[in-house]
Amino acid sequence: MSAPTGATSVTTAPRTTPRGPGIRGREAAAGWLFIAPMLIILGLFLVVPVLMAAWVSVSDWTGRGSPLSSTVGFVGADNFRQLVAGGLPTQDFGTALRNNAWYVLLVVPLQTALSMFLAVMVNRRILRGRGAFRTAFYFPSVTSSVAITVLFLFLFSASGAVNKLVGYLSAEGPNWFADARGVVHIALGAVGLDQAPAALAEHGFLGLSWWAWLAGPSVAMSVFIVMAIFTTSGTFMLLFIAALQAIAGDVEEAAVMDGANGWQRFWFVTLPMLRPTLFTVVTLGLIGCWQVFDQIYTGTQGGPAKTTLTPAYLSYTASFESHQWGRGAAIAFVLFAIIVTMTILQRIVLRERTSVPRRKRFVREDRP
Amino acid sequence: MHRTDRRFRTALPLALLTTGALTLTACGGGSGFDEDADTGGGGDETPAETSELTLLIGSSGDSETDAVTAAVDAWALESGIDATVTVASDLNQELSQGFAAGSPPDVFYQSTDQLAGYASNGSLWAYGSELASADDFYPSLVENFTYDGELFCAPKDFSTLALVINTDAWAAAGLTDADVPTDWDGLAAAAAALTTDTQVGLSFGPEYQRLGVFMAQAGGGLISQDGTTAIADSPENLEALTYVQQMLVDGVLAFPSAIDSGWGGEAFGSGRAAMTIEGNWIMGALRNDYPDVPFLVAELPAGPAGQGTLQFTNCWGIAADSPNQQAALELVEFLTSTEQQAGFAEAFGVMPSVLSAGDDFRTAFPDQVAFLDSAEFAIGMPTVQGASDVIGDLNGQIEGLATADLAGLLTSVQTNMQAVLDSAG
Repeated sequence: MSAPTGATSVTTAPRTTPRGPGIRGREAAAGWLFIAPMLIILGLFLVVPVLMAAWVSVSDWTGRGSPLSSTVGFVGADNFRQLVAGGLPTQDFGTALRNNAWYVLLVVPLQTALSMFLAVMVNRRILRGRGAFRTAFYFPSVTSSVAITVLFLFLFSASGAVNKLVGYLSAEGPNWFADARGVVHIALGAVGLDQAPAALAEHGFLGLSWWAWLAGPSVAMSVFIVMAIFTTSGTFMLLFIAALQAIAGDVEEAAVMDGANGWQRFWFVTLPMLRPTLFTVVTLGLIGCWQVFDQIYTGTQGGPAKTTLTPAYLSYTASFESHQWGRGAAIAFVLFAIIVTMTILQRIVLRERTSVPRRKRFVREDRP
Repeated sequence: MHRTDRRFRTALPLALLTTGALTLTACGGGSGFDEDADTGGGGDETPAETSELTLLIGSSGDSETDAVTAAVDAWALESGIDATVTVASDLNQELSQGFAAGSPPDVFYQSTDQLAGYASNGSLWAYGSELASADDFYPSLVENFTYDGELFCAPKDFSTLALVINTDAWAAAGLTDADVPTDWDGLAAAAAALTTDTQVGLSFGPEYQRLGVFMAQAGGGLISQDGTTAIADSPENLEALTYVQQMLVDGVLAFPSAIDSGWGGEAFGSGRAAMTIEGNWIMGALRNDYPDVPFLVAELPAGPAGQGTLQFTNCWGIAADSPNQQAALELVEFLTSTEQQAGFAEAFGVMPSVLSAGDDFRTAFPDQVAFLDSAEFAIGMPTVQGASDVIGDLNGQIEGLATADLAGLLTSVQTNMQAVLDSAG
């Protein structure tokens, strides 16, 4: 099947059968036959829908009948233009991007750090009952996100358990899911900056002033951020545990013999060896975070004041509620572009460097 | 041989892709063709082949499902045509899927805000002119379901908003029947009198669908009478919002989420609010969840421009792609008949959409007469395509009403609504 095989069969051809596919050729056919079901399933349920969505995003399909029928016209980039041309669609799209960007910015680093911390802790040999801890940390990940969302709605309601707890500390908790104030705005308000500086209020991007972009996640969105970290860190912990267990014990022993302390062993030995897993976790985290939908759908439907609106949910409402199928598909493709770009960016940041940076070297090169 | 191998390697995936694409285009083209044929063909095509009618409803609960199912079964027995009722968990989504697939349900609940979208893309059959009893419907309801001068569907039932008062709290605050508010000052005074440490005077959801009543009472609204211009930034609307904002700031009005409730009915039933502005759907909740709360329903007070309230309604949509439109029409006529609507009113408390069933309703529900009487001065929700997005945006801003810049809020609604009207033509 591979090139060398082909080369071999060419050189040996005069000695054996001069024509026909040969034994290797039939193997290739069998190979295709075996992967055919998967190709067909993937093609039918993944490639074809994606291509159709791509077509819908540049068409004026109104949601009736097949998008491929002759009555549907090509409108070029009109649907995409609506997302930047100003007006309500642009403002909604900008709001959704703002909300989700803050969500990603907080969830991805925090869940990665937390899951790595949990993995390192649970992986320690001296810890008793490691299995119990692993199960406990992993449990939120196997629970349905709808169930967890409902649980959080109760926990964080105005007189819910969380606010009761805050009450015992003689403070007053916010009305979490109804509070549209951005946490950055709240923090700035606490130091006396509660009006937007003119420079930030007058200029903006995608229908939102820069002051609105800087609002930070709303209190309601913050609950979703906590929830995402809580539910996903268990899954990623599992990935890190697998990677940690693949690191041979003698590497660590060698580092101990070299006199590295615990922190140095983690920072200069373990962490670099976890780099591929780190890449996986951050990539999966990025993708999952940009696609956040079910929590919004079951929890807040984008409220309060659109501060939990996300592009994925906006794409859904634009299509199913407002009959703007082209715009909905266009939002989905912009989201796709964002995810791909960010994945490429972080791949560049996390790529293996061929030379060790000077500050990370244990051994000086200029030794005589 | 090396070459054969290579060619084979590229040929197979190509073949697979082509097959896949062909299968797909076959499906797509097929349904597109069917749909075209149906649109032209009308109702009486091949009744033998698909004689079973399907209904898709978004039910408020078991009592509604049971009542609709029983009525449809009765019709099926009478007409000899099978009909099945399906309850949607997300009506908009399931309807959209049906229309996109070219196989929508024959008859379904159709809301006012989705009407323009479905009417403009040809999904709905405009059967209003064929309805035998079209004159019996409330004119304002007919107007709600008229798009481009055509009545698209028969109003199913409707609701209006009225003031619901907890009579225990009322008496405890020393108020009498004479104090039932008839104007804005009276409402604010009553709300203030009813506000205690554990109860606010008035509560309703932070949305145009409640707050709009004050705009109507002030003589404002979102769209002009002729439906061509947005009038959201009018001084009347500003007056209405200022009035509501003042009550919020005074603490005599609170949105349900602020007093730990999901909606006005819960705030009212649980005793956290002494008055609420809701439609007659609150009756079911009060009966089932809060049977011990004594209440009184009054018409909403008059504002500077007189009385005003909002009305909400659904209709029985029939799909343009339905292969049995005549049967569907007969079913809808049966379901909207006077006797049947009186039956629905009895079963799950909706208000009949036909004038002739009004007296039945008054006798059956003397305590809900205020809802029905409010129909006289009720206005419907804007039906222009895209208006629901604008209202959604407005609702988002209403959540922060207590501290909002009202003029700026109304200006943004004005801009958005005018854009929607312009693009709708």
